[in-house]
Amino acid sequence: MMSFLRYIKIISLYDIVRGHILTFSYLFKRRVTINYPYEKGPLSPRFKGEHVLRRYPNGEERCIACKLCEVVCPAQAITIDSEFRQDGVRRTSRYEIDFNKCIFCGLCQEACPVDAIVESPNFEFGTWTKEELYYTKERLLEKGDLWEGAVASNLKANQKYR
Amino acid sequence: MTKLVIDNQEIEVEEGTSILQACEQLGIKIPRFCYHDKLSVAGNCRMCLVEVENMAKPVASCVQPCSEGMVVHTNTSNVKNARDSVMELLLINHPLDCPVCDQGGECDLQDYAYEYRNKGSRYNFAKRQMPNKDLGPLIKTDMNRCIACTRCIRFMDEICGVPSLGGLYRGEKLDIGTYVSKVLTSELSGNLIDVCPVGALTNKPAAGTYRPWELRKTISVDVFDAVGSNICIDTRDNEIIRVTPIRNDGVNEEWISDKARFAIDGLKKNRIDAPYVDKVQADWSEAFNQISEKLGKTSPERIAVIAGNMVDCESMFAMKMLMSAMKCCNLDCCQDGSVYDISARNNYIFNAGIAGIDEADAIILIGTNPRKEAPVLNARIRKRLLKGDCSIALIGEEADLGYPYTHLGNTPQAITSLMGVEGDFAYILSRVDKPMFILGAGVMARDDGAAVHQNAKILAHRYGAVRTDWNGFNVLQNVSSRVGGLDIGFVPPEGTGYGVHGVYEGKADVLWLVGADELDFDRIRKANPNVFIIYQGHIGSAGAENADVVMPAAAYTEKDAIYVNTEGRPQTAFQAVFPPGMAKPDWSIIREFSELYGCKLPFDSLAELRALMFSQVPVFIIEEHTHQEIMTSYSSYLNDSTMSNAPFKPAIDNFYMTDTISRNSDTMKKCTEQILGLSSKTYSEGA
Repeated sequence: MMSFLRYIKIISLYDIVRGHILTFSYLFKRRVTINYPYEKGPLSPRFKGEHVLRRYPNGEERCIACKLCEVVCPAQAITIDSEFRQDGVRRTSRYEIDFNKCIFCGLCQEACPVDAIVESPNFEFGTWTKEELYYTKERLLEKGDLWEGAVASNLKANQKYR
Repeated sequence: MTKLVIDNQEIEVEEGTSILQACEQLGIKIPRFCYHDKLSVAGNCRMCLVEVENMAKPVASCVQPCSEGMVVHTNTSNVKNARDSVMELLLINHPLDCPVCDQGGECDLQDYAYEYRNKGSRYNFAKRQMPNKDLGPLIKTDMNRCIACTRCIRFMDEICGVPSLGGLYRGEKLDIGTYVSKVLTSELSGNLIDVCPVGALTNKPAAGTYRPWELRKTISVDVFDAVGSNICIDTRDNEIIRVTPIRNDGVNEEWISDKARFAIDGLKKNRIDAPYVDKVQADWSEAFNQISEKLGKTSPERIAVIAGNMVDCESMFAMKMLMSAMKCCNLDCCQDGSVYDISARNNYIFNAGIAGIDEADAIILIGTNPRKEAPVLNARIRKRLLKGDCSIALIGEEADLGYPYTHLGNTPQAITSLMGVEGDFAYILSRVDKPMFILGAGVMARDDGAAVHQNAKILAHRYGAVRTDWNGFNVLQNVSSRVGGLDIGFVPPEGTGYGVHGVYEGKADVLWLVGADELDFDRIRKANPNVFIIYQGHIGSAGAENADVVMPAAAYTEKDAIYVNTEGRPQTAFQAVFPPGMAKPDWSIIREFSELYGCKLPFDSLAELRALMFSQVPVFIIEEHTHQEIMTSYSSYLNDSTMSNAPFKPAIDNFYMTDTISRNSDTMKKCTEQILGLSSKTYSEGA
């Protein structure tokens, strides 16, 4: 009896038809893939991407050279030199992040008392050479200006959970 | 003795001990801000509150003496609450600027804030604002951070003897300052940085450049004076960031002089980093060839070696070995021309020991200004005076030593007059049990130095200062290499050799200077225009400028070395950073040259050199020095014990610029200009 039904299934191409029905049913369902890079998926406000150095609205850099990010960094990717600037304010004379080492753990962001170093939602910063992954202070500040809007709104969205 | 119970542990303490001290003996940590064990007790921070049974309120343990049968609790909830409240009060006006504060990471207030009152503030008003003070080129102030513990005021009053800090107004408005704006003139003012429990007083030259957790610490010895203060060199990468004291009650207690702390920036520039032959940069072999060629052509009695003021014992020992292999005995470690009788060690060391000052009943300073020559030792003399029952007299130039003294005269004749029984001070001396005579090393550089030394010694014997249980005759050296050099015997043997005086007479054709810069090079050139000068040292100064061959050597922070302080205590300094360029330690230069010259010295490493040195100079092995040695022999070289009438001159007139490193230092230049009001140019050009 069982073998007879099996023969019917084989002859009528039942499995293949079912498979095709499943496949073609997806023609009428919602897409799950996106057309990256022309389309992008949603990111959490806590997404940890490329680091940026932020400024205050008046243009003054936020970083006060407390070196807490440097000491907390588990990959030791951050290097800072501090000094008193001409106007007597403590600022960094060097702020470098080596993205070859960085593991994007976000501890630097959490250690920062002035929200100066923040991981932006940018994850598209791949380079052809390793050298390009050594970020200097100028580069980090430039990136900060570029991403300020997204970074600020992310921080705001995350504010009540911190 | 008083018996009491602290946290269920029974302890017996001496009469008058405070509860805090008793807790310390038991190893119980009591938080404190105003209490400092080298300063008087103020009891104004209230952080050290403890609970005592049958007392209504918590008591401040630093001011409360122990009494019989007391039962103390230090870890009850009552104590915790009381300390929490004190902490909250202290934090009301303390700014939240720990991330930018130089004290952050090693701050008492920060540490205790984690332990007590670990909550937010309830204070909603504006915090107190204080203008910052200008206390000179060494101390940076941030008065907003001040918690009014008054440790700095007490330190300046009690330890330095320069009462320039004070408090104005009361309570929250208390304003620590100099009242009339002025710089701190004490040679120990740098210790305020360590004394201050918060970041109100911080290191100005290093401000903002470091965080304490990134510093690597290396134990070392201060070489700027002969006290041999124990220091900790804090480095980051290959850079010296700051110098802090290490507590050693036998030597420097907890203090170091400003020169030891701040002159390190002199090591960062103007360094010799490659050999030079005729002022042209060369390599080691070229320099060695030039020297061996010159030495080969010169007979040994025309060669002289002078060691400088900061040379370590190993280098001098290696140099002496090299010179004895070359049959040359013209060695001198006294650049100032002083001559010592090295047959007995107690002719040139501080026999009573620095800690012995605490026992002395009368102190006579002869031809010395300890405030400039050894500020830390001077603080010890002041401490002895404050303890009471001690009289201090000075024979020499009158100066502000930071404590009152009887001035007995400015000429050596005052020593002679003290021999008689008349006079107030002679009477005091004859009454006291442990008189102490401190002879400045500057005296030995005088023409009649030996005679003054002799007479001072006779004086010490006359008043019974030299006995089996007490040796009160002391020589206060002012350079760190002197005692080590004399122990090694880095002096010309009597009759056969010559030292600095012979060099000035033009007896030397080849002059090898091991870090010696304080010589009169014009006089040397005038006496012998053809003199060939070899200089090995670390900073381009007078010695290097006048030398034909210059060899780069490591400074005291860049090598492992033994230094002997004025009391004859050998101490080891460790390497903190690497020497610049091609520089290497002096002993290794000498060892390398010896091989090339064909008289290879019998050691290949520092350990072997030290073993050799310890076998030949056994005093270096002795860890704890004793003053039990009895002075039996009088100086043998003395023919004429008549002293001249010339007044004693100060050995150091500018404390901040005494050697190549401090003359090269920008901070010390600022001190000279701002604190002493002198032009630094006159000093920076060398002796």
